[in-house]
Amino acid sequence: MLLFPSSDTSPARRQRWLSVVAKAPAHRLQILRQSLGDTPSYTMLRRPEIGLIMLQGRISGSGAPFAAGEMTVTRAAVRLASGQIGIGYVGGRHPLQAELVAAIDALGQLPEWQQPIEDQIIAPLEQEAKARHRLRAAMAAATKVEFFTVAREAGT
Amino acid sequence: MYVAVKGGETAIAHALELLADRRRGSRDVPELTLDQIDQQLAQSVDRVMTEGSCYDRQLAALAIKQARGDLIEAIFLLRAYRTTLPRFGHSEPIDTSRMSAERRISSTFKDVPGGQVLGPTFDYTHRLLDFSLMANGERPTAPTAPIDAAQIFPRVGDILEREGMLEPPPPADAGVSTQDITRDPLTLPASRPVRLQALARGDEGFLLALGYSTQRGYGNNHPFVGEIRFGAVPVSFVPEELGFPIEIAEIDVTECDMVNQFAGSHDVPPQFTRGYGLAFGHAERKAMAMALVDRALRAEELSEAVISPAQDEEFVLAHSDNVEASGFVQHLKLPHYVDFQSELVVVRALRAEVEARQQQAALDQAAE
Repeated sequence: MLLFPSSDTSPARRQRWLSVVAKAPAHRLQILRQSLGDTPSYTMLRRPEIGLIMLQGRISGSGAPFAAGEMTVTRAAVRLASGQIGIGYVGGRHPLQAELVAAIDALGQLPEWQQPIEDQIIAPLEQEAKARHRLRAAMAAATKVEFFTVAREAGT
Repeated sequence: MYVAVKGGETAIAHALELLADRRRGSRDVPELTLDQIDQQLAQSVDRVMTEGSCYDRQLAALAIKQARGDLIEAIFLLRAYRTTLPRFGHSEPIDTSRMSAERRISSTFKDVPGGQVLGPTFDYTHRLLDFSLMANGERPTAPTAPIDAAQIFPRVGDILEREGMLEPPPPADAGVSTQDITRDPLTLPASRPVRLQALARGDEGFLLALGYSTQRGYGNNHPFVGEIRFGAVPVSFVPEELGFPIEIAEIDVTECDMVNQFAGSHDVPPQFTRGYGLAFGHAERKAMAMALVDRALRAEELSEAVISPAQDEEFVLAHSDNVEASGFVQHLKLPHYVDFQSELVVVRALRAEVEARQQQAALDQAAE
């Protein structure tokens, strides 16, 4: 469990939170958000909007970038009555999730909400993501092989 | 040339209804859901996303359903949809060395650090029809094995590169933004990033045939699979409102680093050169074909003779896009009546001239 000083508005925390909630399955985020109960209301600064970003790859994985193809993205922005602005960006077409992400980003700028969000939303989602990765990696690991080349003995 | 014609509205409306009816098929059979297409026809979805050049599994599944499984038609639908959306920017370059790899093989190094991980591959199937799939039944989940703590697979290319045996890829030009053929039209000669963008959206069949042609001697460059990897990579994006990168998604990609023989030139000592392929989802035939053609198109840069189709940039890039190709071939079905009428007049006149000449010749012969 991460403990916050009185107020953590650092980009590092926002960056981590925004990434965790954007990559979470939309329905999980919705369920966990409900566990927070009543939260300060907000107004929409930018209604959820679907658009595209161009994904970049790199030549041979590490060289000059090139445009590899686009992906759909949904973004939204909200403002709390107290003025904090929350930004949400999620891959895919997920208007509700983008709004939730923006709302969580805004709430996270209120010191009293940081710990509850960390405990009830961010930490569980991080663990679930880790478990998904671990399962996929474990299934892959079961297919790991050793190839042996058959060397011919001299003179036989 | 085709010209606009009027009429036929009712027939067209009924043709659309017939298409919708045929798409649904027998009402005795349950209708397909997008989730079923996404999950159970996953590699169709991967191909449509790759050549539709738009990563969105649900949209690709919808396009496949709407196109009755015609993947090139589905690719067209996805391309058309993307033109309706605003562009928010571009991602940070994806880092495939951070991939949670489900598959990773090298055909050049058997003892590659991290090991050879076969993953969900068709390679070792016997290509015998599996009649057990005709019956619905629960499948057991795949076996698991303990995982290494790191779960990181170093790139084979990076290892060879350090020894100087493999050419390093061209570095990014500082301050130069990545060219994008969806915004600025393709011009020739094209830079390598532009070629790779065109190849990434290019038709798999076309690139496969071209790649195959290089192996058969039409621009051969002795390829080896340095590495193929497939798995999930995070997508980083810097929203202008925030000014710092956030990860907005994880996407599956397939990457192929092809290593090719190169004898060296007057100035360059012999070393291995590379071709690169990258595709959305699990699409390694596409990624391999792309890498072969990428390398073939570098012929001029590497002072090789440009004598084969796969090495001809104009030929390859002008014909690799299946939406363009399909559109131009299929436009032949549109009314060309006026065009054809004028051709008819010309051909009739020419035939009349020839007949007149033949008759005159016959008369002259008879007179002699």
